[in-house]
Amino acid sequence: MALAGLFLITFLVVHLAINLLLLSNDDGAAFKVAVEFMTTNPLVKIMEIFLMGGFAIHIVIGVFIQIQNWLARPVRYKVAGYSHLSFFSKYMIHTGAIIFIFLCIHFTNFYFVKLGLVSPPAGVEKEDFYQMANSLFADRFYAVLYVVLMIFLGFHLHHAFQSAFQTLGLNHTKYTPFIKAAGTIYSVVVPLGFASIPLFFIFTK
Amino acid sequence: MDFTLKIWRQKNAKAKGKFATYKINGISDSSSFLEMLDVVNEQQVIKGEDPIVFDHDCREGICGACSLYINGRPHGPDDAVTTCQLHMRKFKDGDTIVIEPWRSKAFPVIRDLMVDRQAFDKIIQAGGFISVNTGGIPDANAILIPKENADSSMDAAACIGCGACVAACKNASAMLFVAAKVSHLALLPQGKAEATRRVQAMVAKMDELGFGNCTNTGACEAECPKEISIDNIARMNREYLGAKIGAQKDKVSGGGF
Ligand code: SF4
Ligand code: FES
Repeated sequence: MALAGLFLITFLVVHLAINLLLLSNDDGAAFKVAVEFMTTNPLVKIMEIFLMGGFAIHIVIGVFIQIQNWLARPVRYKVAGYSHLSFFSKYMIHTGAIIFIFLCIHFTNFYFVKLGLVSPPAGVEKEDFYQMANSLFADRFYAVLYVVLMIFLGFHLHHAFQSAFQTLGLNHTKYTPFIKAAGTIYSVVVPLGFASIPLFFIFTK
Repeated sequence: MDFTLKIWRQKNAKAKGKFATYKINGISDSSSFLEMLDVVNEQQVIKGEDPIVFDHDCREGICGACSLYINGRPHGPDDAVTTCQLHMRKFKDGDTIVIEPWRSKAFPVIRDLMVDRQAFDKIIQAGGFISVNTGGIPDANAILIPKENADSSMDAAACIGCGACVAACKNASAMLFVAAKVSHLALLPQGKAEATRRVQAMVAKMDELGFGNCTNTGACEAECPKEISIDNIARMNREYLGAKIGAQKDKVSGGGF
């Protein structure tokens, strides 16, 4: 769970770095080069398999653990949950589910199109992710949805980052405060980075 | 002080329970929560009704027997105290107080507010000990122990096995308890000898007994009457991963002790 999560956390940084190229004012030239690299490089192809595995493991174990946890308390409390606890940690399965739904949409829009399982919208080449992103974000509703989703992603990551270290037993009087701070920064900066792209589209196009 | 109490009543492990409401008047603000319940029970006896069953023993916060989930918090609204140490002045006059038993699959209700916490004993039996043969008293300074380790070990050893961590956890996980028990031994040289076997056995037992999984929410730490820190959980995770990866295969013993 934690290992797969940390793997996905690093993946998000790579994904974001490429997406941010969409913001450069070159008609997507830089972005296209990056996409070209990511879709053809054999090493990336191998990583892609690991990535799918990472998602699968994270989701399957996550759901399994959650079910076990629900079963661990068959009779609920009448007055529940006044204890102080980290707020977002209570809703990991919920924010996770929201992210999963988005992931499905995201896959139909990009990955499945590339594989040819889903036909691209009119006027968009099947490998042209730049056009695809453009056409998607042109739809205001989708752009806003994307931004909202990123907020939930931030909630998920806020707990996830430091929690993964705790689960792996990587806890230290000197470094744990640093890990917690890094997690908070990460959970704000990365979703904000992703959200900046649709926001850019909303306000400039 | 006057209170309205909503208390979980359940005849036995099999019966379906329900809440019953009791009114109680003239409680001193310096009486403890359990003393208040004693007064309620006296009333019950005078009325010829069944007294409310709840666990208690030392009534000074050291045995871990008392276990009430009060208004949504194990051991009630005060921090770092057990139910027996909770004073009625922590409530407002006229308050309605909801009292429930610990809720966990691994802690079945025996009757009313009393639950069966043998699961904890089983975890301890699985590995929460060190094997020493009796003999002469060793010299106190024969084994050097860093002060920090001795302190952390003592902090972990303060766990009284009350189960509030399980009760507070949204996953009914026993990680804080097990981590405390693993930690206080793992931090000392005497506990190191069996450390890898211990952590694996205790975690396996915990999983087998139907406690939930830890998702690092931190509710346990907030409710623990002995303020056991979740740093212990990280230590146990570290011990556990290390043991799983690094421990040698079991060898058939050549006999002897
Ligand atoms: S860790 Fe704290 S809450 Fe859990 S059993 Fe020990 S003393 Fe009670
Ligand atoms: S009765 Fe012993 S700790 Fe409360």
